[in-house]
Amino acid sequence: MFTEALWILAAGSLAFSFLKNRGKTKNALRFSWKYFEGMALPVLATVWAIGLLLAFLTPHVIARTIGPESGAWGVMAAAVLGSVVLIPAFIAFPLAGAILNQGASISAVAAFVTTLVMVGILTAPLEAKFFGWRFTLWRNGLSFIFALAIAFMMGRLL
Amino acid sequence: MTKKRNLMPGVLLGLAVGTSILFVLDRGKGVSAALTAKRYLVEMLSILPPILVLLGLFESWVPKTWVEKAMGPGSGTRGAVVSVLVGTAAMGPLYVAFPVGLALLKKGASLFNVCVFLCVWASIKIPMILFEVKFLGVEFSLLRLVLTVPAIIVISGLMNILRMNIPERRRL
Repeated sequence: MFTEALWILAAGSLAFSFLKNRGKTKNALRFSWKYFEGMALPVLATVWAIGLLLAFLTPHVIARTIGPESGAWGVMAAAVLGSVVLIPAFIAFPLAGAILNQGASISAVAAFVTTLVMVGILTAPLEAKFFGWRFTLWRNGLSFIFALAIAFMMGRLL
Repeated sequence: MTKKRNLMPGVLLGLAVGTSILFVLDRGKGVSAALTAKRYLVEMLSILPPILVLLGLFESWVPKTWVEKAMGPGSGTRGAVVSVLVGTAAMGPLYVAFPVGLALLKKGASLFNVCVFLCVWASIKIPMILFEVKFLGVEFSLLRLVLTVPAIIVISGLMNILRMNIPERRRL
């Protein structure tokens, strides 16, 4: 649904732009192409790496790592796991819910969910291509630390 | 994009070798790896082209002064609010946000605001919150949201203090 809307929006805008000003439209497409050229191979490498990684980090493995038996290191392990894997929300949240119901700690589940969305180790090379490594490492590093802080606070508060 | 040293062929070769070894050692895992990769690739290819077209149009039509005024260094609280709104309004995975963030930066948005935008895009999306509420409960989701927003502001503030200037050559 969302994807279709996006294509229609892009096609409509492009047509409108073309009618208004051909030169600017040509320029715009040149920009788009430049971005695409820069992203194509890193994107391919990223999805490939995700495929390989998720073959090992199955929902079962994730549940065991974060689950009630994981102990004191569970929160840390959950945060690391969340940073590494890249899974869409419609798989991640049901999984997190199931792990929580199994008796995992609030902190561990919160750490997993928060790093999952904010920290991306697999997408870091792509991020660095746009913003440089210094920016990428700091943004992800700070996000990781704050995710841990959020997780511990949630463990205290809930 | 830098052209100095291209690591990509090496990385892709490594991935190809890894996948081949996996296929030989454990066929089932190899197949599942290939299927997952294919699913993500299809997802990326269905989102990326329209985003990049819109981005190109943004680059050539939107005047720099607009973005500078709305999200530039002097935009203050209003600029942060604009960044949050732009971040939540957008959808799609984080990697889509990278070119968008760079385009904003080039148009004069401040580093603080681009960082807010990136983090918000990553973590705060309405459909995602609804999903979280459904599976993890209202208390859990709202508390996490309430803690995440100030965390994003602090992270972006720190990035700004650290003068995280993006190398000029990165700016496409």
